[in-house]
Order: sequence, then C-alpha cells, then structure tokens
Amino acid sequence: MTTTTNTPASTPGRPYHGVGDRVRLWWDAQARPTQWLIGVPFIVFIAFLPVLRIPVLTTVGTDFGSVMAQFGMIALVAIGLNVVVGQAGLLDLGYVGFYAIGAYTVALLTSPDSPWNLTDQWLSQDWAWLFCVPVAIAITAISGLILGSPTLRLRGDYLAIVTLGFGEIVRLLADNLTTITGGGQGLKRVAYPRLGESTEHPDGVFSAGNSAPPWNSGLWWFWVSIVLIVIVLLVVGNLERSRVGRAWVAIREDEDAAEIMGVPTFKFKLWAFVIGAGIGGLSGALYAGQVQFVVPTNFNVVNSMFFLCAVVLGGQGNKLGVILGAFVIVYLPNFFLGRTDLFGISIDGNTIASYKYLFFGLALIILMIFRPQGLLPARQKLLAYSRQLYQAARRAVLAGEGRTTPVPADGTVDGRGPAATKDGGER
Amino acid sequence: MSTLLLSDVLVSAHAALPAHPLLLADGVIDFNTSRLFSSFWSLTVDGLTYGAIYALIAVGYTLVYGVLRLINFAHSEIFMLGMFGQYAVLWGLGFTPQGDVYTQGTVLTVLYLLIAMIGGMAVSGGAAVGLERVAYRPLRKRGAPSLTFLITAIGASFVLQEFVHFVLPKLTGGNFGGTTAQQPIRLVQEVTVFSFGGADVSNVDIVIVIAALALAFLVDRFVNATKFGRGIRAVAQDPVTATLMGVSRERVIMQTFLLGGVLAGAAAMLYSLKIPNGIIYSGGFILGIKAFAAAVLGGIGNLRGALLGGLLLGVMELYGQALFGTEWRDVVAFVILVLVLLFRPTGILGESLGRARA
Repeated sequence: MTTTTNTPASTPGRPYHGVGDRVRLWWDAQARPTQWLIGVPFIVFIAFLPVLRIPVLTTVGTDFGSVMAQFGMIALVAIGLNVVVGQAGLLDLGYVGFYAIGAYTVALLTSPDSPWNLTDQWLSQDWAWLFCVPVAIAITAISGLILGSPTLRLRGDYLAIVTLGFGEIVRLLADNLTTITGGGQGLKRVAYPRLGESTEHPDGVFSAGNSAPPWNSGLWWFWVSIVLIVIVLLVVGNLERSRVGRAWVAIREDEDAAEIMGVPTFKFKLWAFVIGAGIGGLSGALYAGQVQFVVPTNFNVVNSMFFLCAVVLGGQGNKLGVILGAFVIVYLPNFFLGRTDLFGISIDGNTIASYKYLFFGLALIILMIFRPQGLLPARQKLLAYSRQLYQAARRAVLAGEGRTTPVPADGTVDGRGPAATKDGGER
Repeated sequence: MSTLLLSDVLVSAHAALPAHPLLLADGVIDFNTSRLFSSFWSLTVDGLTYGAIYALIAVGYTLVYGVLRLINFAHSEIFMLGMFGQYAVLWGLGFTPQGDVYTQGTVLTVLYLLIAMIGGMAVSGGAAVGLERVAYRPLRKRGAPSLTFLITAIGASFVLQEFVHFVLPKLTGGNFGGTTAQQPIRLVQEVTVFSFGGADVSNVDIVIVIAALALAFLVDRFVNATKFGRGIRAVAQDPVTATLMGVSRERVIMQTFLLGGVLAGAAAMLYSLKIPNGIIYSGGFILGIKAFAAAVLGGIGNLRGALLGGLLLGVMELYGQALFGTEWRDVVAFVILVLVLLFRPTGILGESLGRARA
C-alpha cells in the first residue's frame, strides 16, 4: 500500500516535511498582531462569500447564505465535539443530545407552544433569544456534567455506546413528552433577535421571512455564527494552551500514564465533557433561533454520526481541520444539489447530493485506512512559550536551507488552500 | 405528520384506559401498574419472542467482541442485509408480495422457510466476511487504535444502509431496497396455538423461540466442543500464544465474523416472520443497538450471556412498555443499556469467551 500518506506526526528533532508544515511553522512564528492582521481580512472575505456570488462556488439548489449559515452552525458543533473527541480522546456518539438540549432550552423558554414560555410574561421578544443563549449553554453544560460524572469511568468503546444511548434517550424524550415539547409536532415560533426592523423587513433581518438573497436571514445568521466561532476558538485555544489542554493531551495519548504522572484524569475528562457540551448547547441555541422551529427528528443518531464525520474528516484535534471538515460535509452535498452541469459536463446533482451518506461512509472507511489523522492533521506542538521557540526554530530551518526569503506571506501556498490560515490568530 | 397522528392516538389510548394511572411528573409520563399485571403473561411471551431474536443478533456482537475487542457497529446492517437476502430468496422461489397468506401445508412451508433462512444466512455471512476483509483487516495490519475501528464501523454502517437505500433498487430494477419497506411476503398465518394465563401463544412465537434456542445451542456446542471453537476461544483468550500454538488468527477472525453473520441472517428470517413489514434499509439500526445492549447485559464476550441478555432485555422492554406506554419501549431499552454499562459493565454472567475450559 501507499506509504507516503502514512507519515507520522512530525516530532521535535525531525525535519519539517511538506508545504503544510512550512505554513504551520511560519504561522506559529508570527507575532499575534500579525496573525490578526492576516486573519481578520480573511474572515471578512469568508463572511462576504455569500454576497460576492462567485460563479461556480455559489450553490444552486439552496440559497448560498443559508448553506453558509448551516456551515457556521455545524462548524461550532464540530469545534465542541473536537474538544471531547479530538483533544481529550473521548469518543462521544451522542453529541447530538447536547445540541438538542440547547435547541430545546431556547424553544421551551420562548415558543408560544411551550408550557414554560416566558415571552408572554416578563421576557420581551426583542431580547428573548439573546437571554436564552447563556441559559442554554448553562443547562447543556449541566447536562454534560450529569451525563459525564457517572459515565466517564468507562473507557473507549463503552463510553461511545453509553453516549449513543444518551443521545437517543434525549431525542425520544423530546418525542414522547408531548405535553411539554409538543412531541412530533415540535415547537414553533421560537424567538430570534429582532434587529433591523423596517418596512421592508417587518420582523427584522433575522426572521426566516427575510429570504431574498443575498442579504437574507441566512447571511445574518452566518455572521452571528462567525462571531461565535471566533469567540469559541479563542476560549478553546486558550484552554488548549493551559494546564487543562496539556492534561487533555496527556489523557488522550495514554490515560494510565497520565494518571500515574499525577493528572487527575477524571476531573479533566469531565471538564472536556462539560465544555464540549456547552459549545454543543450554544450551537443548538443558534439552530433554534435560525430555524425558529424545533422537532425531534432533527436530532436523531445519524446527525451525531454526521458531526463525528466532520471532526474525523477534518482532523481530530485540529480546530482548523474540524472547521474544514464541517465545511466539506455541509457544502459538498449542497454544491451538487440542483446542479445540472459542472464545467460543461452534465451531471445529475440531485442524485449525487442524495447519496451523501454513502459517500461520507465510504470516506470514513477509506480515511481510517489511509489517513486516519484526517485532512488537516493535528501536530504535536509546544504549548508553552511557543511563539519564541517557533521563531527560533524557523530561523534555524531557513538558515539550514540557506534560504533568505520566507515562505510566501499570503499563506495560500498550501495545496489545501486558504483554509490553512483561517483561524484568525488562533494558533 | 404521521408522528403527530401516532402520538395523538397514543394519548387518546391512554386516556381511554379504565385503569387508575399513577401520574408521574405532573401527568407527563403515564405510569400504569395494572396494565402490567393484567397482561403479564402475554407480555412475557411476546418479550421472549423478541428476546430470542435479540439473542441471535447479540451472539454476533459477543463473538466479535470476544475475539477482537471490537464493537462491530455495522452488525445491525449485516442483519438488515439478511432480511433482504431471505426476502430475495422467497421472491426467487416464485412468491410475490400479495395481501393474502400463502397456504401450502406445513411441510412445504417449513421447507420454504428453511431455504429462505439459508439465503438470509448466506447473504449476512458473506456480508460480514466481506466487511471484515475490506474494512477491518487493513486496520488490523496497521495496528490502528480501537476508536479507529469504531469509526470505520460507523462508516460501514452508513455505506451498507445507503447501498440498500439507493443503489440496490437501481441494480434490481426497483424490486428490492429503496426508501419504503418491502411489501411483505407472508408464508405463515399467525394463529394462536394455545393460551395460558390470558396469554396467547402463536405458532410464530413458538417457531421463533425454538429456532433461536436450537441455534444458540448449536453455536454453544460449536464454540465449546469443536476444534474450530477451540481456535476461537484460544484467540479470544490470548492471540499471541494462540498464534504460537499454530492457530491461524486471521482464519479464526474470519470464522467469527462468518458465524456472527450467519446467526444474524437466521435472526433476520425469524424477525421477518414476526414483523413482515420491517424489511427496510433503516430497519436494522435500533434493533442492532438493542441486541448490543442485550450482549452487554448478559456479559459481552459470553455466549450464554448473550442468550440470557437477549431474553431478559426482550421481556423487560415489554414490561416497561406496559408500565409507561408504547412510545417508551425504546427508552426502556436504552436506559437498561446505560444502567448496565454504568453499574455492571461486565454484565450478568461476566466476560468469559476465552476463560471457559478448553
């Protein structure tokens, strides 16, 4: 079989391979203001993609803004799941349960169909969604604590199955507790931010009624999710570089060794679970606000697998990688949806799009055999004093090669494209 | 909309019951003990029937787990393929889906069912071995960590489901597979043979339980009393030593997958007898998780545990259904799974495929 694809993660003392590693090294060596200077324009460019309407890139069957909004949501989910799966090494197959809890928290507190609706009491519709987001995060984090504290004694496969059971139980509860959640009918008219109300948009720009592209609700929700992603990335990135992050790496690599070295493994696994759950709740709240309608069928186990697919495909443990993974799994099916020709070749886009689970399943099997680390693999890196060290390392590499010009500064030399620097001063 | 109607019907059904429901959680969850006691024996009979099917599927999980320490997540899809396999065999024998039940005497019916069962076993067994070859063996050669296997299994599960969902109808001119369940081919009319304690025991129940017990007995003998079985147990106990003693690990793994697949195929035929409308691409998933729960309940890696766990789970699930209402049946199964894993992850009988005497 091929050997080139199976290169192990580069370790200190090992020469840097490939363009990807060069870009990484270059990026890690930049000062933080420089990273922001490159990152912010790039993020702004991504944010305005749905407006620019680039010919082939723009989706045909679904509105591009809505696709990007969905991508933002799944990216947030993937970042949260990555904390649990990629950073702490705990396989969670029931992550959709947290997503559901977040969405249902918002829906239960703001939908007129719910018995616990607060919007007809003291909570004004104008800021109901915003009020519910932190509540959703808190409740989901608590549910993570409740699920995690007994189950995290289990390891590996067993943990995966217990979480799978949890995810199904959450969905079945939502389906069966008809008097509270509306059962299969779901909860309608969930609150959303009432901003930009005008004669043109009587319910504000975030309303699902605002559907005329390109400045539709999808685009606005995409922008909200970008802001949330940047905030979450900053939080998770700081955690990763802290004692907590180092403990997660230790647990992921060898739990027994970590325990013996004095890492309180249970405590830090629980932290990973709770933080991951909180981020899942946040994206659930985003979902509830965006769709303004919550039904149990959106939270079945297949979605859990889909989220996991984003993380594994992108690269477990790499925050940028999982965002790329989320983009691939959301964008690709929508790219083909409704498309009848591609560069002059006529294709049946709808059929290709409906095969998405078949392709993702195949992709998982093939990836696990040939590239288990994913598209953008995580690399071991120095977590403390890293910038100075990376600068020194880069000087050494450049000096060793006798080069005077650094790797091109636009960061796009990588064959994998601009995504390699997308994370906005985060690494 | 179908879910809406279903839930409405269930709610009205609860309201119509003459019992004295003890309301939990502000009337949200029904809790009705009288329903359990009044139909205790009929629930037990039904539960044992389902449990026998769970047990046969659970053996597949348990064998693979015992030998490889791997949860073969795609086993539920192996079972699903078995349902289609036996259906296709019946189709090939000239039966077509029609409203009526075929009547052609006991001997011929049993013969046809046996042929269908063998067809299901062949399809499931072949699929299981193929899955092992294509997906798991390359990973074993690379010495991949166990989570990698689990992710591969999830991928395989997707692929097999979607294959039946989209590709199979194209290959067979729309006769098999697709979005809707297959029209049932019914060879057996479910009739009550005898009753006791208010429970009606039907011919289908008897056939399923006896067939499952017989198969479970055969597998138990096969694993515990033949040379092949000794190989399986040796590899389960200590793969390295077993290899040194001349046991071919790869062949044992193949036999294990084959055995698990064959039993899933048999279970598929029996399940189709009980639920003729259940032949659909997504029909294996929940059943597979329940069978896995059964395997864990009895002690994963333990053959007799799988049988015990399957029967227990089937019965408990139906008792739970009687207590809380039909829509809570799956919840009961999942809660049992979670509780067993939390409080006794080794199951009732413990994990012991390798530990049994040679």
